Amino acid sequence: MTYANILVQTEPPLGIIHLNRPKVLNALNFELLREVVEALEAFDKDDRTRVTILTGNDDAFSAGADIKELSEATPVDLIKENKFALWDRLKKIAKPIIGAISGHTLGGGCELAMNCDIIIASETARFGQPEINIGIMPGAGGTQRLTRTIGKFRAMEMILTGQPITAREAEKHGLVNRVVPVEAYFEEAKKLALQIAQKAPIAVRLAKEAVLKSFDTPLEEGLQFERRNFYLLFSTEDMREGMKAFTEKRPPQFKGR
Amino acid sequence: MGYETIIVEKKNQIARITLNRPQALNALNETMGEELKAALKEAERDPETRCLIITGAGRAFSAGEDVSGLKERYAGGAHPSLGDHLRKKYHPIILGIRNMEKPIIARINGIAAGSGASIALACDIRIASEEAGLKQAFIGVGLVPDSGSSYFLTRTLGPGRALELIMTGRTVGAKEAETLGLVNKTVPTAELDKTVDEMAEKLANGPTKALGLSKRVVNQAARLELSDALEYEAQNQEIAGRTKDHLEAVRAFLEKRQPKFSGN
Repeated sequence: MTYANILVQTEPPLGIIHLNRPKVLNALNFELLREVVEALEAFDKDDRTRVTILTGNDDAFSAGADIKELSEATPVDLIKENKFALWDRLKKIAKPIIGAISGHTLGGGCELAMNCDIIIASETARFGQPEINIGIMPGAGGTQRLTRTIGKFRAMEMILTGQPITAREAEKHGLVNRVVPVEAYFEEAKKLALQIAQKAPIAVRLAKEAVLKSFDTPLEEGLQFERRNFYLLFSTEDMREGMKAFTEKRPPQFKGR
Repeated sequence: MGYETIIVEKKNQIARITLNRPQALNALNETMGEELKAALKEAERDPETRCLIITGAGRAFSAGEDVSGLKERYAGGAHPSLGDHLRKKYHPIILGIRNMEKPIIARINGIAAGSGASIALACDIRIASEEAGLKQAFIGVGLVPDSGSSYFLTRTLGPGRALELIMTGRTVGAKEAETLGLVNKTVPTAELDKTVDEMAEKLANGPTKALGLSKRVVNQAARLELSDALEYEAQNQEIAGRTKDHLEAVRAFLEKRQPKFSGN
């Protein structure tokens, strides 16, 4: 598959997606988003790939939606074309996505970042939802995911003022897992991705699913969901191998079965 | 780029920024604030610049905020927003100096007062002439230390001595400043240039990336716990370990010669 707006590397067990519109700070148009979704779906189907890294460049993960594309839109256009449905496909990716994020991460870029499962940020990253400055509001999950992540009050301030926050603030508020020097964020993300790639793939997948479920369910339902996934793992070869290796004091050989 | 209130000279990978309103003891008017900001940004971006010197023309380093604009600002008993003024004018300068990953020397040729002292204190290394002095001039006009002065003084001197200087507003002579550790070295006026230039040359020919990373870890050390500081050092050492200059230094050591650093 060839892409125009992203660079895709297959480096088993990792898949790597670079947003690649550097001249416009990786502004998110629908083509770029479609390519990201398709690349993630392709990695999801590829047995060699266990974890995907989603990254931009040092200056920008993505500075937000491509305004040009939206400036003439009417509600009817938006409903009929339903391009935002791409975001729903993003939500269904089963394998873990690690965000390696630096520079401007704004608007749709911030929303895309929040679709990652783990975020390693560079010290120069800046996160914001500046939509309010141009008379609109976040439309791809920003009001929901930011609020669930950093809490109502901080989310409200960011969304109503449009003021971005630094990587260190984002770290303090739990929007990113950790902050490392700009020269190191990609390597750090890779290290983490490789660590996760060593785990039993089905367990990783079901665990991710269960964690994400917590956003959609009341606790009781979430606990039932967790238990079902937990029980399910006892049907896997990897579970037998994992427990056997543990008692034999050797590293497990997981096969994804 | 042409400037009106500062002079920027580049030679041997050293950029020298001279605050140049000697008739006003290099007080920072709005133009100088903007120009200093721009010059710092330019130096940061310029790969040919591997060391900076900040100094003043004439007999002062800088008298700080330019008070000649007071008349208009306070006309009719108005209270101008000093907080916003600082955020807009001084914070980018102070952060520009602290965050630039290149060595910056303050060549303190004369009095550094108020925000002028803050600028000197924000630099990485301070070399003063015997005629120089540092003055926390803020209390004299009924204000608190700003543009980083309280931060730098407290970290250098501890709260007791910092407060003495802040509350009395007295001028600390260059000799005393050296004893207190507020300046790295005080030298006779005739030797100021030689001392500064030697230091600048050494730094400009140093492993620039590692110098910048050193500044980065020291900046962070002030806010980190030991375990986090250790981790932060390790992350930056990983980066320094991948520079060409590190390999060059190791090679030079094994070959028993002086390393030649490229800054990469």
